[in-house]
Amino acid sequence: MEVRKAFANTLQSLMEKNPKIVMLDADLAKAGGTFSLRKVFPDRAIDCGIAECNMVSIAAGLSAYGYIPFVSTFAPFVARRAFDQIAVSVAYGGQNVKIIGTDPGISAQLNGGTHMSFEDVAAMRAIQNMVVFEPVDAIQMAQAVEQIVNYNGPVYVRMYRKDTPDVFTAPDYKFDLFKADKIKDGKDISIFVSGLSTVDVIAAGEELAKEGIDAEIINIHTVKPIDKEAVIASAKKTGRVLTVENHNKFGGLYSAVSEVLSEELPTPMQYVAIEDKIGVVGKLGELKEYYGLTVKDIVAKAKKLFK
Amino acid sequence: MDLKERTREIRRLTMQCIASIGVGHVGGCMSIAEALSVLYSKHMRIDPSYPKKEGRDRFVLSKGHAGPALYATLASFGYFDKEMLNTLNRLGTKLPSHCNCQLTPGVDMTAGSLGQGISCAVGLALGSKLAKDDARVYVIVGDGEQQEGQVWEAAMFASAKNLDNLTVLVDNNKMQIDGLTKDVCNVESIADKWSAFGFDVQQVNGHDEDAIDAALTKAKTVVGKPTCIVLDTIKGHGVSIFEAMGPDCHSCNVSAEQLEIALKELEG
Repeated sequence: MEVRKAFANTLQSLMEKNPKIVMLDADLAKAGGTFSLRKVFPDRAIDCGIAECNMVSIAAGLSAYGYIPFVSTFAPFVARRAFDQIAVSVAYGGQNVKIIGTDPGISAQLNGGTHMSFEDVAAMRAIQNMVVFEPVDAIQMAQAVEQIVNYNGPVYVRMYRKDTPDVFTAPDYKFDLFKADKIKDGKDISIFVSGLSTVDVIAAGEELAKEGIDAEIINIHTVKPIDKEAVIASAKKTGRVLTVENHNKFGGLYSAVSEVLSEELPTPMQYVAIEDKIGVVGKLGELKEYYGLTVKDIVAKAKKLFK
Repeated sequence: MDLKERTREIRRLTMQCIASIGVGHVGGCMSIAEALSVLYSKHMRIDPSYPKKEGRDRFVLSKGHAGPALYATLASFGYFDKEMLNTLNRLGTKLPSHCNCQLTPGVDMTAGSLGQGISCAVGLALGSKLAKDDARVYVIVGDGEQQEGQVWEAAMFASAKNLDNLTVLVDNNKMQIDGLTKDVCNVESIADKWSAFGFDVQQVNGHDEDAIDAALTKAKTVVGKPTCIVLDTIKGHGVSIFEAMGPDCHSCNVSAEQLEIALKELEG
């Protein structure tokens, strides 16, 4: 299922129950999936036009009035462009604004470098009290929305918006915004992964198993605050750590896991991430090849830890 | 207390507040004293003993660096003890240079990074419309602040969404840190710009309480579009030694001796 559909459908049902929720877009409601809300809530689903900084500060004003505003646009247009508005109007102002940044990293695909955010996690993680969440699939997103609404404080959602294979299909799956999701138990290496790389890490885990390496796979959907216990417990068990993310190697998941382990349990690590390169145009598969984010790259980095 | 005495008290308290730490944004505080005096005396639907009352009118100081003038006004109206003004910018204070709604009773919105406060005010005005509580939102922007593009993003939105409960007051003191606004990056014609953005615009002498009062009264009668009042003001107005400094009184030292001179000039 498309992640944006899971977001919009869940938000719609929450907006029906809670008149305080407001949805703001910046001329990308059709892309972000929230356009359908306009018909149902003509007053509370609002287009701000192509003015992301204004949108974020308006959301801060709405929050000061007691509302729970969501803002949505492409990730770089909010995390890069409206960084000061998020830092001052929202975080410093103590406002309860929920920020949806879509098309993170290579998922911007044919829009290329101008639209390709490899630094949004680093930027948002550096803002005080900001929760930084990146869903893997529509199932996780659907369960996350209500928790995000109920959490009092700013949240950045790094949302791949299109169709993606469902990962958390267990009927009893229960999402917790602040707890990492273990996808597979293992004893030889811990692979911590975020977002759209998760499906590739699962495939890489199967490849590694063929070579006798039993990988533990943990999805860090919330990179701030990171689930320290989950990171430490797994690293303690396996003694080897690989992080995999669709983000620059600086300031994202690799950094967050390194910060935890360097303090608590120094552990040999490798990473799969963007090697401080600029964005380019291409299709998802081509971009994974170009930036070294393929299943093969993940397997190779994992095996380095066994040499 | 009559309006003119209220204005003088706001100026006196502002000067004491800034002098308590010896440095601050004198010029842009002095230029908005009349506007604050009239707003809080005659127009804002507020209850100083209940600063967060629902449905109250909101005030946003988008030119957040003029915080001391707002703090002086709030103290004058009893939001907090006047003694607190002497804590300006001391570590742990509730009165930072730039307004912070999490710290100060009566401060409705955080501002300080120019251009953002007006967008926040637009959000408040939108919030009031959604709540159907008939509250009004007043925001003071600096004339130099209008060089920030976000001001015009906010203006376009407020007009497009017919936010007639929003009144923007422009402190047109014609100066900014680096000099005269016309030399730094000309912002005129201010009235024409707001008018072109769909606002009902009035331009008045920003140091004439009666003129401001009349303009605010008229603004409340405008239906279907937001309103703008351009206040023609003088940076540092009311205290000759600072007014004479021109743009250099934007942020300047205030000695005990200068405070004494200022207070004497501001006696009723």
